[in-house]
Amino acid sequence: MKMKKRSKTRKQKTHIAFFLNGEPCEVAFAPQKTLLEVLREDLNLTGTKHGCELGECGTCTVLLDGKPVLSCLVLGLDVEGREVATVEGMQLQDGQLHPLQATFADLGAAQCGYCTPGFLLTAKELLEKNPKPTREEIALALSGNLCRCTGYIKIYEAVELAASRMRGEEAEVPDEVVYGLKS
Amino acid sequence: MKNGSLKHLKVVGKPLRKVDASAKVTGQTKFADDIVLPRMLYCKILRSHVPHARIRKIDTSKAESMPGVVAVITGKSLPIPYGILPVSQDEHALCVSKVRMIGDPVAAVAALDEDSAFDAMNVIEVEYEPLPVVSSLQEALKTPDSTRAALDHSNQDGPIDTGTDKEAWRVHSYGDHGNVHKMVALEFGDVEAGFKQADLIREDVFFYEGSTHLPMEQHAAVAQVDGDGKLCLWSSTQTPHYVHRALAKVLEMPASRIRVIATPNGGGFGGKSDPFPHEIVVCKLALVTGRPVKVTLTREEVFYCHRGRHPVLMWVKTGTKKDGAITAMHFRSFLDGGAYGSYGVASTYYTGALQTVTYKIPNYKFEGVRVFTNKPPCGPKRGHGTPQPRYALEIQLDKIAEQLGLDPVAIRKDHLVEPYSLTANYLRVGSMGLAACIDKVIAASDFKNKFRNLPDGKGIGLACASYLSGAGLPIYWNHMPHSGVQLRLDRQGGVCVMCGSIDIGQGSDSILAYLVAEVLGIDPLDIRVLTADTDLTPVDLGSYSSRVTLMTGHAALQAAERARDLLAEAVSEKMNIPVANLSFAGGRLFDAENPEASISFAEAVQIAEARFGTIGTVGSYTPPASAGKFKGAGVGPSPAYSYDAAVAEVDVDPRTGIVRVERIWIAHDIGRAINPALTLGQVEGSVYMGLGEALMEEMAYRNNRNVVHKFPSLLEYKSPTTLEMCDVKTFLVEDPDPNGPYGAKEVGQGPLLPVPPAIANAVYDAVGVRIDEVPITPDKVLSAIQARDRIQREKAPAAAGVKTGITRGIEEPHRYGPKLVPEVEWPEPVRVKPPWEGGTGKEIQREAVHARE
Repeated sequence: MKMKKRSKTRKQKTHIAFFLNGEPCEVAFAPQKTLLEVLREDLNLTGTKHGCELGECGTCTVLLDGKPVLSCLVLGLDVEGREVATVEGMQLQDGQLHPLQATFADLGAAQCGYCTPGFLLTAKELLEKNPKPTREEIALALSGNLCRCTGYIKIYEAVELAASRMRGEEAEVPDEVVYGLKS
Repeated sequence: MKNGSLKHLKVVGKPLRKVDASAKVTGQTKFADDIVLPRMLYCKILRSHVPHARIRKIDTSKAESMPGVVAVITGKSLPIPYGILPVSQDEHALCVSKVRMIGDPVAAVAALDEDSAFDAMNVIEVEYEPLPVVSSLQEALKTPDSTRAALDHSNQDGPIDTGTDKEAWRVHSYGDHGNVHKMVALEFGDVEAGFKQADLIREDVFFYEGSTHLPMEQHAAVAQVDGDGKLCLWSSTQTPHYVHRALAKVLEMPASRIRVIATPNGGGFGGKSDPFPHEIVVCKLALVTGRPVKVTLTREEVFYCHRGRHPVLMWVKTGTKKDGAITAMHFRSFLDGGAYGSYGVASTYYTGALQTVTYKIPNYKFEGVRVFTNKPPCGPKRGHGTPQPRYALEIQLDKIAEQLGLDPVAIRKDHLVEPYSLTANYLRVGSMGLAACIDKVIAASDFKNKFRNLPDGKGIGLACASYLSGAGLPIYWNHMPHSGVQLRLDRQGGVCVMCGSIDIGQGSDSILAYLVAEVLGIDPLDIRVLTADTDLTPVDLGSYSSRVTLMTGHAALQAAERARDLLAEAVSEKMNIPVANLSFAGGRLFDAENPEASISFAEAVQIAEARFGTIGTVGSYTPPASAGKFKGAGVGPSPAYSYDAAVAEVDVDPRTGIVRVERIWIAHDIGRAINPALTLGQVEGSVYMGLGEALMEEMAYRNNRNVVHKFPSLLEYKSPTTLEMCDVKTFLVEDPDPNGPYGAKEVGQGPLLPVPPAIANAVYDAVGVRIDEVPITPDKVLSAIQARDRIQREKAPAAAGVKTGITRGIEEPHRYGPKLVPEVEWPEPVRVKPPWEGGTGKEIQREAVHARE
């Protein structure tokens, strides 16, 4: 709380060009701003959330050149010319939900929904490099994202269901997942 | 037909997508910090870095002259105290005369941007006059100027030498005495007589460490003065109605000129249930600057807001017959409340309220005390005051079963509270599915074969619990409904449900849509849900005490049934169909006997609007009057109680003391699941939070005065990641309760309760040591194992078999936990005759008591 920061009220803004969700994007911002701040404050993309701004919770995860990064630890200046993907760009061209978004919604993997964008993007990258992950591989991939609502169970189930659908399988929702065990 | 026919349900009982799910997975949900308004200023709050001090002077001149700074305020601008409970109006938005903890707010800055506000905050000069620091329960109890002497035997250095300024030691100048905030004592029946009938009497001491909610969303709020001069606050709060009341009081404005909009909470768990300084401060700054003002707390500040789980020291004396039947229980709890009252008086009563709703307890005595210390204030966290005593109760029951040579399953199942009965402390139990819950988890986990038979290091344990489906009484005394719903039917067929409730992730918005859709026979996604806006929605008391599904559910059903009746009357006239024959389904109204005769829902609304005018209805809900009429009867009553049984299977490494929970089987008596998928989500989330409290989560403090938070960060405050989370196998037991909408009871909190004791009982099964406190960390397990081995080397283990008489658990060698509780001079208890002794729920007149003694 006592840490000093220099005032930037009269600082000159810096200007970069990069690719945001597949589209060219230019933005001017105070040079010390993090990618998280640039996305939320200068581009009004508030789908990317924050839980600590210290790189501890994974809530602000976005994809940088396809890899998950904590946007609170990346300087806006560092994304010049690079590809940034946020939750706002996850929906398919025809406006349909991405399979992960659909299963997160259907299984209740998003309760308060605050950590959800970070989980979705981390899971998206996992399924791109590993289309058929085991429960253990999913847990490991998501171990940097904290969720206080779900206990992660519904998130695992949503990732597994999305994975099988993305593999083109006719996957139904198992009764146990939405009704609980019968005996 | 309040609960409607349970046959042919189209919506209730189906695992439907939440009405707000798409917004949440596309990042479109607008949380408080996502709100940006033109010319908005940013607020930073200077917080005390000393635990207890008088404020000599505050110099804000440097800050005011900083670039970008628009306004600086101190406690002088907000002198009126407030607090969530009418009996604890002990907070100031900005401290006026003294600070009571590290993190107490003392001044606030509004500037053009966050960094400028931060820089200005750091040049505000505050002169403090240090006061003695009270850092522990024991110190607080020893604080003099007491009307009663309180001496702590675990620490023989006697009472604190306070010198001349005795008042300086008090964190607050109100409360029972010294630093004792509240003392309560209740006795139902005659515990001494009950102990005389017992074959075995056990005394055990337990400690449940404090923990915090840790919602992923940091608290945030935005305030604006609208064009018409009215104040509007958007805030991440679970209780917009109580914030509305607090703002009117502190800002001295008519409530009619204040609008509070609760934004969807990014997790609450009880941590956003109090009115907070930052909410009041941004309102004041918006009023003095005429511009919108936003504040977003840092994660460190969220730790200082706290209001989390009380650390509770507990002493419990229980008498049982040889078959495990409880003859009497005497329970004492000691709560370290931190620097403010918050919900603390209620929390204190809650540590003694729900012991009686699971197993029969014919004679019950409860004594509780809450103290003030110079630490962040404790309050309501998921389970509010009940996980602590449940930990003590379920572990002690396990010890009693072993001592009497009884099966831990039988000792519980054989003595369950009867459904539809009154407990000794006048809690009205309705449907009671605990027996079914126990059967499910015992069978699924193969408990009978595994218990005491697993290889060394592997263990299995059972625990049960119960929780309220909504508090029976409001926070402030009144006779009005606890929940209201307003329904507007559009002639195009649209339906808008308006309710003051706020969705904190549990799905309360969806519940409103499901119930209205069920009654009107339409698709929940055709319903617009508008919630938590004090200008537009009728009051709901808030998202706390697991009250929302039951209470808003009843209000929504009443409003929907009134709308259905209006439509039915108009349509039956127009189409000559008897009202009794009209059926609502699939977005149409039709004659049940002649389905061809049907019209669309929209047409029905048009017919009704032509007949009656604009179609709007209201519904409201007030819980049944509680059976208890004695002082203190206000905490514990609920329209319905949920039940849980959990079995934990653990792996304990005897060399490191590390406990890994492999799997938890849990069965929850939900009454009826309005949406089973959302219900499972609540159960799994509760198991997760219980696991965290059992194994790692703790609000710990350091430095010589032990008041500096050890790790106010998400990294250092350990909470379970995917790597620590266990597998969860969930059963939903549906024992519909007549007091619930379609029979529904709560699920948000109850399933947390059995998890920590089930894990502790499993650890004992695995390595034979009792860890009588949470968190169950490796160091505690290891030191207990070493103590056990020392004893076994020194003397042969005592002969097994049934042992009766009096056992003092703290003398047992294979145990890690607190040794003693402070000696406190308890007040004369409020004495109440149990229902089965012809009691009326009223306190026994003192004279009568003395006559008897």
